[in-house]
Amino acid sequence: MSIDLALALSSAKPAGKRPYFMDPSVERVLNILMATVQELAVTRERLDTVERLLEAKGVVMRPEIETFEPTTDQAAERGLWMQEYLNRVLRTLQQEAEAVRAKSDLASEEVAVEVSKADA
Amino acid sequence: MDGSPDLKNAGPAQSYSGPPDYRVVGRHGVFPETLHDEVARLNFLAHMNRHLSTRIMPAVKTAWDRRAGPAFEASEGRAPKDRHEVRKALLNDPYYQAWSALRRATMEQRQQAGRWIALRQAETLAAKVEGLTGTDARLDLDPALPIPRYVSAVDHHCMPGSYHSEVFPGDVSGAANYDCGIFATTGGALGRFSDGGGHAVVRWVRKNMPDFKPRRILDIGANLGQNVLPIAQAFPDAEVIALDVGGPMLRYGLARAKSMGVENVRFVQADGADLSRYPDGHFDWVQTTMFLHELSLTSMKAIFAESYRLLAPGGMVLHVEQPQYAPDMPLFEQAMRDWDAFYNNEPFWSTMHELDIDGFMVEAGFDRSKLIHGGVTAVVDKDVFPDAADDDGEDYGRKAAWHVIGARK
Repeated sequence: MSIDLALALSSAKPAGKRPYFMDPSVERVLNILMATVQELAVTRERLDTVERLLEAKGVVMRPEIETFEPTTDQAAERGLWMQEYLNRVLRTLQQEAEAVRAKSDLASEEVAVEVSKADA
Repeated sequence: MDGSPDLKNAGPAQSYSGPPDYRVVGRHGVFPETLHDEVARLNFLAHMNRHLSTRIMPAVKTAWDRRAGPAFEASEGRAPKDRHEVRKALLNDPYYQAWSALRRATMEQRQQAGRWIALRQAETLAAKVEGLTGTDARLDLDPALPIPRYVSAVDHHCMPGSYHSEVFPGDVSGAANYDCGIFATTGGALGRFSDGGGHAVVRWVRKNMPDFKPRRILDIGANLGQNVLPIAQAFPDAEVIALDVGGPMLRYGLARAKSMGVENVRFVQADGADLSRYPDGHFDWVQTTMFLHELSLTSMKAIFAESYRLLAPGGMVLHVEQPQYAPDMPLFEQAMRDWDAFYNNEPFWSTMHELDIDGFMVEAGFDRSKLIHGGVTAVVDKDVFPDAADDDGEDYGRKAAWHVIGARK
């Protein structure tokens, strides 16, 4: 099936050793980020298409989008969504902060030794 | 036409300068289907390439002038003696690193985007091509042809599988990927059918040798034939051979040509270094377009020798390439142009651009007094596409402005 070929092979490596221009782990993150940036542009273009089609059909005029003002309840729902979103995206920083505050965090590997002792 | 009242004289289009929307791309009969988001991905890449060349690359020069260059001179006590020293010094500069990492990422993303489009419909494309070419005598394949080392060692411009691999018998996804993605790499600078190079050659020949009436034309390294079709169309009575080592490219190429109504081209799988299948003096015109830099030194010399042998008296060979590294070209520019050689899998690019091509042509038999030198820019529909002739910018090695090196026999 073509879709299986696409899934397996579309991201294939070209023959030839890949050059890295910075710390490979940093460049790895950059590569993932740029693919994400690309997908954001794709979503933006799709949304633009939807808006223009809605406008062409008289459903929504785009100036209405620009001047839209949420009600207090709508603003609260949106604010809550933004808080949830930032919590999710910045998960790693929250966990780092909790780690700084934790007094006696053990690694699971250490606990594994402890709980495997015969007299534990 | 597209809903805008007057594209050129009113609204945002008037002040817009940038790649056209991908949807103006030319769609022939075997061009892959593209969905909305697939097109949007290519639009992003066209803009990303333009951003890299116009917004980011200029500061690489600044970083060299103010930082990496002085650092080299401070540590070595002298100026760099060649482009390789400049490039290696640049590799230590954080701005060159960032630009390079982004440029490499963009090329890999371009391959990924095109391969997704081509592979997800690979079986449909193969069936379409088979339907158009299955029993056509103009497709002359040699599956036993050894693939030259210069093709198989590393995949040129990071294109997995290069020109010769197929995922299953009859697969043309590599060719379809090349065809649908080159528009993004060049920001549309090669025109609707990515054939601005071929049109440029035709215009150059018409202007410089208006009486030239070739009967037989050979295009070596024809790829999927995108640059030879304008030549075949300009000389419809000529018998045209599109030659390449990549079988899938040729299958796709013949199907593409037929669907575009071009009937006077044969697609032949062979190595340009050995064209013993054709007798001496068989051709009036031997053409290569952006091909020499993908060869090796020995194959380039063999192709020059074969070109000389194959030309009839009065015949012409033309090679279209990026400019050579002349002594007056700054070392920084040479180093920047070398980027594709080392970081985009174009391993002969660097050496090829420093060679004395004239000398090799003479060595192959051509008379030095009959050598040809010229310059061309891609010929495109200027209402829609950026015109390289009007562009003062530079994209070191990528700009659609080329040199012509050739000879009459």
